[in-house]
Amino acid sequence: MGAVAAEDFAAFVHREKDGSESFDVAVRGARCAACMAKIEGGVKAIGGVNDARLNLSTGKLHVVWNRDAVKPGVVIDRVRALGYEAAPFDSAGVLDAQSQEGRHLLRCLAVAGFGMVFVVGLTDSIWYSNGDISAAHRTLFFWLAGLVAIPLTLFASEPFFASAGRALAKRQTNMDVPISAAIVLALALSVWETVSGAAQTYFDATIMLAFVLLVGRYLDYLLRDRAQGAARHLVTLQSALARRFRPDGTLETVAGRELVPGDRVLLASGERVPTDGTLEDKETEVDVSLVTGESQPVGVSAGQVLRAGTINLGRPIVVSVTAKMDDSLVADLARLLEAGRQTRSVYVRLADRAAKAYVPFVAIASLAVFAGWALVGAGFPVAMTNAIAVLIITCPCALGLAVPAVQIVATGRLFAKGVFVKSGDALERLAEIDTAVFDKTGTLTLGAPALATRVLPATLESAARLARASRHPLSRALAEAAGPGPVAAGVREVPGSGLEAEVDGIRCRLGNAEWCGVAGGHGELWFRKEGVPPLRLEFRDHIRPETRDTIAAFAPRNVAVEMLTGDHAQPAAAIAKEAGITRWRADVGPAEKAARLEDLRKHGHHTLMVGDGINDAGALALAHVSIAPGTAADVSQRASDLVLRGDSIAPIVEAIDIARKARRLVLENFAFAAVYNLAAVPVAALGLVNPLVAAGAMAGSSLIVTLNALRLARS
Amino acid sequence: MDGMALIIASAFLMGLCMLALLVWTMNSGQYDDLEGDANRILLPDDNDR
Repeated sequence: MGAVAAEDFAAFVHREKDGSESFDVAVRGARCAACMAKIEGGVKAIGGVNDARLNLSTGKLHVVWNRDAVKPGVVIDRVRALGYEAAPFDSAGVLDAQSQEGRHLLRCLAVAGFGMVFVVGLTDSIWYSNGDISAAHRTLFFWLAGLVAIPLTLFASEPFFASAGRALAKRQTNMDVPISAAIVLALALSVWETVSGAAQTYFDATIMLAFVLLVGRYLDYLLRDRAQGAARHLVTLQSALARRFRPDGTLETVAGRELVPGDRVLLASGERVPTDGTLEDKETEVDVSLVTGESQPVGVSAGQVLRAGTINLGRPIVVSVTAKMDDSLVADLARLLEAGRQTRSVYVRLADRAAKAYVPFVAIASLAVFAGWALVGAGFPVAMTNAIAVLIITCPCALGLAVPAVQIVATGRLFAKGVFVKSGDALERLAEIDTAVFDKTGTLTLGAPALATRVLPATLESAARLARASRHPLSRALAEAAGPGPVAAGVREVPGSGLEAEVDGIRCRLGNAEWCGVAGGHGELWFRKEGVPPLRLEFRDHIRPETRDTIAAFAPRNVAVEMLTGDHAQPAAAIAKEAGITRWRADVGPAEKAARLEDLRKHGHHTLMVGDGINDAGALALAHVSIAPGTAADVSQRASDLVLRGDSIAPIVEAIDIARKARRLVLENFAFAAVYNLAAVPVAALGLVNPLVAAGAMAGSSLIVTLNALRLARS
Repeated sequence: MDGMALIIASAFLMGLCMLALLVWTMNSGQYDDLEGDANRILLPDDNDR
């Protein structure tokens, strides 16, 4: 995402009905009121901008101006100048489905909340009247309660009915099946009791049940939305933009997915190839580490294929697009992703596993109670009433909260540590792992070259005086090795070749072998000082500072560590030794990586895959659970369950610890709910439960489960 | 009895009004950026708007 001048973002500007134009910018790094004031103030100060509003939750800056008053590139540049990362926000409709689900749940919750307050007001006046109310009044109040409770409860319970329906259609059961049954039966029973003039109805308990369960459901939604929103935002910022030639030869900036075969795209030094294409220029040097895991730059000549995700290291090049972005991943990679999705969908969430044991238990208990009362000669209404009472009191209110309450606290803690959890069950799966497979380049290592040749300090300094003037990755690595210092005067840069300048009155050249007049390969620099033989400078990818400690933390947690890399054996061996990994394989292609994970799965291992490259995407999708560093390619981030926000891989260990602790708390909550139900069933079976007890018990158990979950927030 | 009918009816109407109000706040996007709104109160008022 190079900030090259005169980028034309016109394709991202929306025309509003009133003639104004709006432009959405994805901003990264804004966290507080001060950032918000700085960004909004800075953008509003641009002449012509009517309004700028930053949404701090999603990081989306909405800017409005009159038609053609402002160039969108100016807004992006201003936000970048203020010190934040910015890119056009390419919504492409991904936001809508998610937020619609949230709105629907919130609407149901509001309806249930309103109904609950209203119905409880009506029925409580009966419960607390101590029989001091005439039967006619009581029945009138019940009718009123029913009038409100029945339509509102049925409306608000739509999420449960829909989910139960989906499960039953697949001939499965989930928690929503007994919930739906309890809601419908309790309402039906209450109507029956009102008609027959009885003293008890369950209108209030039913709507309260729906309300509490919706709270759990909404928490679950918030959790998914926050995590996915954050992950989506990362992807938006990284999403490939491309500068495409218009027929008249001018350039326009478009989203990568709009490219079609035949388009010609300009790629500056350091930019990523958005989609598969062929090189039109004579030759260049590219970084393929994200595509194949190879750490050394590779040379490409005219007409050769450039894979999506490759980074151009040489002079600006023109690429002719040969495939649309969706087709640009190799076919077998796409197939691997699909295969992974299918294995993953077989995973049964803890809550559903609990439901599987729970549903038959409740059904049998209700039937037994009905049969029992019928056998002792009680009439049909009594037997039916007590059977439904069992169903209501055992309704898994606490179970419905047990998992989301813990998960929202756990993901909140992980979020603070810089880990995004993309799906609710990812933590459950992370808690189960016994093997961790790491990619090398960009995961265990920094993924950027660093100087590996020992050079005399004086020579290094003179080379660095040239290198500091360039943005080429190898020059930057050399400048970093030398530390801060002056730049030689009048450095001349020939893109794709090298640099030239006078240092202390001696003419010096830094660049590729040809530039310095010698024969050599790619991925190295040559430094020639007039009168001295040229010096070869080699570069190597270095291990991250935290890698060794992170890897060492796995053994005490009973997790075996393995490294799979697409790089050659020699660099792989060096990194494995440094990282303290004994099991490793080199020259492993994307399909072989995925095959190794499949192999581990067949042997009953639960594997965590950590990787960043496009070549890891298949393996990430196949693993039991997967983590991608924040620097990973966007396909890899999409294939992973967790995404690290920062540049460090250390939070992985903390994520495992929190996931395991969360699992323990969920199981505790299940145990509590089971004990509670075992105690409640006999009471209900004997017909001793009145509606007030049922409602109170429900609220109490939900509270205990929530408090237990909050224990995770401490320590 | 007439009094009670009036009270119940008016309570029901008031409740419905509250519900309509809540749905309105939801649809006008007032819950879309809770984090931002919490921070926004710390900012000085804009005079230019």
